[in-house]
Amino acid sequence: MNLIEQGFAWILDPENISGPSGWVARLLEQLAYTFGAVAIAAVIAVPLGYLVGHTGKGRDIAVSLSGGFRALPSLGLLILLALGLGIGFRAPLVTFVILAIPPILAGAYAGFEAVDRRTIDAARAIGMTEWQVVTRVEVPLGLPLLIGGLRSSVLQVVATATLAGYVAGGALGAFIFEAFALRDYPQALGASILVTALALVLEGIFALLQKLVVPRGVVVKEQREVRSRSSRTRAVMGTPIREGK
Amino acid sequence: MNHMFTAIKKGRLLTGLVAVGAVVALAGCASGDPLDTSSTSGGDAAEGGAIVIGSQAYYSNEIIAEIYAQALEANDIEVERQFNIGQRDAYLPALESGEVQLFPEYTGNLLQYYDPETTAKTSDDVYAALAGALPEGLEVLDQAPATDQDSYNVTKEFSEANGVTSLSDLASVTTPLTLGGNSELQTRPYGPEGLLATYGVTVGFTPIEDSGGPLTLQALKDDQVQLVNIYSADPNIAAAGLVTLEDPEGLFLASNVVPLINTDAATPEVSDVINKVSAALTAEDLVELNSQSQNDQESADTIAKNWLEKVALF
Repeated sequence: MNLIEQGFAWILDPENISGPSGWVARLLEQLAYTFGAVAIAAVIAVPLGYLVGHTGKGRDIAVSLSGGFRALPSLGLLILLALGLGIGFRAPLVTFVILAIPPILAGAYAGFEAVDRRTIDAARAIGMTEWQVVTRVEVPLGLPLLIGGLRSSVLQVVATATLAGYVAGGALGAFIFEAFALRDYPQALGASILVTALALVLEGIFALLQKLVVPRGVVVKEQREVRSRSSRTRAVMGTPIREGK
Repeated sequence: MNHMFTAIKKGRLLTGLVAVGAVVALAGCASGDPLDTSSTSGGDAAEGGAIVIGSQAYYSNEIIAEIYAQALEANDIEVERQFNIGQRDAYLPALESGEVQLFPEYTGNLLQYYDPETTAKTSDDVYAALAGALPEGLEVLDQAPATDQDSYNVTKEFSEANGVTSLSDLASVTTPLTLGGNSELQTRPYGPEGLLATYGVTVGFTPIEDSGGPLTLQALKDDQVQLVNIYSADPNIAAAGLVTLEDPEGLFLASNVVPLINTDAATPEVSDVINKVSAALTAEDLVELNSQSQNDQESADTIAKNWLEKVALF
């Protein structure tokens, strides 16, 4: 049996699946960290990103802030926070919130910026208030980019949530830390496979979601037509993924 | 066709023979060099003269290795340092093959490596059992009084409030107890199960992965855990004012510092020097050496030099 097979055998072993320290429970913890951190980060970053995107003010600060936050070493931050907040779930959660903010912030303001100025002018011309411009034009049209931001922050957090095990925070990393100390490589690999699988599933769901949130009346075909007539490339809506095509 | 191949093969064989012959001849020259033999005749076993000293990638172990190195150098024995080798899986084969010849080890942990089922617990028993458990070609010199082993520690406040100074006192503590330590502790024989079996103490377990470092200390101070596993030579025990609980039933395997040596390198000269060092290395000394590294950020080189000057063996 090679190591990969041993890893899968570890996953399939009933002893490792259920119970408070089985991988199902640990996987749910990993998910709870991911969605908890991304939800909190979204509450902070989305309004902030919208404000920056709508007004165009503070863009430089938002860009450098999101860039700077990305450069923070997660494990170092986690240990620093755990020294203040104590061991358990709090320090990892705060760490992951900080990790999740930059992509969401960038997605939120980039989504607004990607809206064609002519569309906004048109909205104003038909008598929409500022609030209506935001809620009925900018938010729906910026949604694909925002979902893109959420998607990358979910991916980042779900992979990094393994670190929580370092400070008694549970999640799938607990298996990996233990396995390294005991030189139990099938367990380390089994847990890693689970993290990878979880990340791939979430990535798939968000890829689908990103397609679904394209507002009605704005379809990819139109985007191409607009582009061919105008020098404004990000005209009607923007999914960054399609831009290159 | 066939003939051609044979011809080529013959040609190769000939070249090979010439090459081997040349190597043998050269080797013969080297060993036959009168100057060479005279220079190694002093240290009989140490091929090429220098004795190769290794160390784990653990700061305290490196300090001890550096002490061995400087002590041998002080006695005009040539040494070569191969520090920071890592885990036993990596360095023990190198010791057996003679690539590395001398290594600071810990009796209990080393015995457990070669004999996981061992029942020896006390310092002397472990040392005796170790001599029998070592593979061919390896031996240990005298063990030092200094120990570096797992130990359970509580805060001073906890110790005073509950009247606890020994692991056997823990059974009478009524509040729930949680043990903190690296996650592998949970499955070690001296972990929660060992505490229950040996002392009748039931504890919960919280994994903290910094080997008794600042996170563990913080968790202890915050009362998230009440009992933590820290190596007995860790200067943090004294610095944080912790109380190390006594272990009258021998839950932990005693683990004294011991020099592990390849038999070929264990000349009387080398053994004599290292045994003198071991005899002088007390438990307090080891804590002090570790403290100089951890708290004063001194290099292993300086710490070893200062200690050798202090004990004035050579």
